[in-house]
Amino acid sequence: MSSRAAVEKKLFTIRYRADRGSHITLADPARCMSCERPCLLFCPAAVYQWEDDHMRIAYENCLECGTCRIACPSGNVVWRYPTGGTGIAYKRG
Amino acid sequence: MSGERFDAVVVGAGPAGAAAAYTMASQGLSVVMLERGEFPGAKNMFGGVLYRHALEALIGEAWKESGLPVERVVTEQRYWLLGPESVVSIGHRHARFMDPPNAWTAFRARFDPWLAGKAKAAGALPVYQTTAIDLLRDPATGRVTGVLVDRDEGELYADVVVIADGVNSLLREKLGIPRWKPHQVSLAVKEVLALPREKIEDRFNLEGNEGVTIEFLGATSRGLTGLGFLYTNKETLSLGIGVMVDDLLRRPIAPYELLESVKQHPMLHKLLHGAETVEYSAHMIPEGAWHAVPQLAGDGWVLCGDAAGLVNFVNREGSNLAMLSGQMAGEVIVEARRAGDLSAQRLMAYDRRVRRSVIGQDLRKIRRLPAMLHRWGGERLFDHLVGAINEAAYRYFLVDGTPKRQAEAEALRHVVRAAGGWRGTMRLAWDALRGVRG
Repeated sequence: MSSRAAVEKKLFTIRYRADRGSHITLADPARCMSCERPCLLFCPAAVYQWEDDHMRIAYENCLECGTCRIACPSGNVVWRYPTGGTGIAYKRG
Repeated sequence: MSGERFDAVVVGAGPAGAAAAYTMASQGLSVVMLERGEFPGAKNMFGGVLYRHALEALIGEAWKESGLPVERVVTEQRYWLLGPESVVSIGHRHARFMDPPNAWTAFRARFDPWLAGKAKAAGALPVYQTTAIDLLRDPATGRVTGVLVDRDEGELYADVVVIADGVNSLLREKLGIPRWKPHQVSLAVKEVLALPREKIEDRFNLEGNEGVTIEFLGATSRGLTGLGFLYTNKETLSLGIGVMVDDLLRRPIAPYELLESVKQHPMLHKLLHGAETVEYSAHMIPEGAWHAVPQLAGDGWVLCGDAAGLVNFVNREGSNLAMLSGQMAGEVIVEARRAGDLSAQRLMAYDRRVRRSVIGQDLRKIRRLPAMLHRWGGERLFDHLVGAINEAAYRYFLVDGTPKRQAEAEALRHVVRAAGGWRGTMRLAWDALRGVRG
């Protein structure tokens, strides 16, 4: 199983209520061009996906762990909380 | 909601926030308890061990009521040092852990609503599905006077704001406290795995409500600084691994792949096989210990729980320290209000109380450990050294006609070599001792 498929299967176990818009944005999308983009690997929900020349952010899958805020080497992640009541809702946690 | 005024606004209805709200509401203060999740605990995850002590300190014997949402009583605790296909283990089981329970396994999405319910029953006003996005301040003095929430006209005013919004506290950053650095936090991923009760009890040698915890390290973290855990619940297992975020940046690996490879370790696979994943989750843990704890109170605010970095990662304690800190914050605010003095100096009594308490003492005791782990590195400690300990054990137990004196010397050599010779071994032993003894 590819790693993308592996994480997608895991993400199916979690209940989400997607926010209207993304709670994650990039301060400067161009900065990702010159970065090694460790976010593609360290994000536990594979929210960050590199498509040719730009970053796609699958915010609907975000587990709200906040690691990308701390770990983005170029400090490029602008992260707020999803609107109250939206985002993940663990059944067990 | 606009313009309403309370004695206290509590941001976050996790263990810290709920404990603070409960303490203040019980003493007659008007308290609003905010939670951004659909319900308390919806956003929370922990490994799964909940201690009785903090709960009892907060609500007395009310935990004995039948509704306490916990899984199994922890009666046996094991540490596993894992080689690629082996384990060196140490464990302790004691009947005395059963009654009263020292600890339970639990789920936060079930425990947190229960505890928040106690705060509500004591008179706190719960406002859920509402995110506090900023602090309100007195323009003249800078004193924190309330919070701005993401609802229309969402200004809530209070004498004191209790900031208990977790490891990703955005409000603490609004106070000017720097955000965590990658070496101060770990990322934990976890799966809850369903397995029939009889199989759990067979595989872990349990009867009735007994439960086991296993903390493991070594080959499973693939050279990263990390610790894994496997806990028994009623009809599920909680399996997770946490790795330091700066390590994750140095040696990138997808956390879910790491977790998958953990499941394949032969010693863990024996316990897990056939179990089906029912929930995946991820959360950061503040692991900076004493040196990463900021000032805990100021003009109109106090900081509790994970938002303050109050986690003892050596002894697996976080939720209980959150409850204790929330309770202390609540008590200090109640005392300050009775004295009619809610000044920053008065609220600083909370900061002092936390530092003098078991929380401060334990975080201070392990204050050297983060730097020590950093200095030695995950590869050397968790991969080479733990691997060598396994090889040494193998050599020690193997009977192949080698005289014992020679076999024991060979066993010892494995470990000494991994630690960098005798000088390295002495230095490591000294560092490790100082790391855990303070």
